[in-house]
Amino acid sequence: MPPAVIVADLVKQFGRFAALRGVSAEFASGRLYAILGDNGAGKTTLLRALAGLTPPTRGSISMLGTTDLRSVCGQLGYMAHPSLLYDEMSGMENLSYFARLYDVNNKDQRCADVIRAVKLDPSLTRPVGQYSQGMRQRMSLARALLNDPKILLLDEPFSNVDVPSSREMVSLLAGLRNAGKTIFVVTHQASLLEGTADEFVHMEAGQIVSRTPEMQGAETT
Amino acid sequence: MSTVASLTRATLAKDLRLEWRSKDAINSMLFFSLLVVVIFSFSFDPTAEESRQIAGGLVWVAFLFAAVVALNQTWAREMRNQVLDAYRVSPAPPNALFLAKVLGNFIFVTVLQALMTPLFIVFYNLRALGPAYQLPIVAGLGTWALVVNGTFFAAMSLRTRSREIMLPLLLFPVSIPALLAMVEATGAILTGEFSAKFWIVLLAAYDVVFTIASLFLFGFVLQAE
Repeated sequence: MPPAVIVADLVKQFGRFAALRGVSAEFASGRLYAILGDNGAGKTTLLRALAGLTPPTRGSISMLGTTDLRSVCGQLGYMAHPSLLYDEMSGMENLSYFARLYDVNNKDQRCADVIRAVKLDPSLTRPVGQYSQGMRQRMSLARALLNDPKILLLDEPFSNVDVPSSREMVSLLAGLRNAGKTIFVVTHQASLLEGTADEFVHMEAGQIVSRTPEMQGAETT
Repeated sequence: MSTVASLTRATLAKDLRLEWRSKDAINSMLFFSLLVVVIFSFSFDPTAEESRQIAGGLVWVAFLFAAVVALNQTWAREMRNQVLDAYRVSPAPPNALFLAKVLGNFIFVTVLQALMTPLFIVFYNLRALGPAYQLPIVAGLGTWALVVNGTFFAAMSLRTRSREIMLPLLLFPVSIPALLAMVEATGAILTGEFSAKFWIVLLAAYDVVFTIASLFLFGFVLQAE
């Protein structure tokens, strides 16, 4: 099976600062990748580049067999650190709007299904702005799952989420991976993905420094 | 085309719903325009004839400044929680977002005009001596000129550090031909001294050119970092 994602010599400069310094890697489909590294290592920039939000200064990204990321954006799910949700609307209203953007069939049913999948209640009429941080994170994950994407890009999905809810999210992600989705999770809570992630990708100063099937010493603590 | 139309409708409905709940844009615009009407009426105290001469400029400057308030709010809403990124990663066409924003702003400014025009008439003792039926045409074309450019430049200044200052700096110079046409056409209709047709045609041409240019360029603005 061809790799789901190929990045070649990816460089991203913000002025004089190079957030990515020649990242080259292949990522197979149907696997869950945990992307680890200190703040400023380039994890989020890499994820945004894969999502098509940050055009690279140099290098190329091939996704699902094409370098035209716009043509495959309907098959991507992206969850950022902010919620990407309208605070004044309920979860169902938010998802209903985003379902229109992706032309999702049977959208009300699909919205309700993904909200239930992240263990929230679709009938909740409260605006998202009044949700707890953890609920907002889960609703944000529901939004990323809405279009049944082949590739999921998740930036810090477990931040501010309590441990039991995080474990539920991990088990949901494992199920999606088993269903053939390719998942990238940027996280500082690598231990949550121990035993679930297929590969731990370590970044440092804008480069991938190692890829290991197991977590390394410092991360397990 | 049907996708653009349907997504424009969906985005417009979402924006109207958000505005109905927050009332951010309408409240700020109303308050601002009300202040302009009251302060100017105390400052000038003009006779009816003088009012007709200056009303065109006064009304449109008030609406232009008020529109800037709404225009800043429109995109600020998309920047909260970085919701705009959700649109950018979706396969939805950029033009649908732009058209929805323009239509939304057009509705907000039109509502403002509907509420403020009676006040202008009372405070400035206005009565059209020319063909009054042309006033709604000028209002429609003029408002479109303001919001189409304003929405575009507000999106352009979105990621700048001082976007509240940047928007008027970009918008006002480009709007001068439209503003001139609006003021002259309104003055012509109120005084009845000359025909407003030339200015109306100019305004319509301005609208067509800038709408097409904005639609063409908005995709680049949306995808810019």
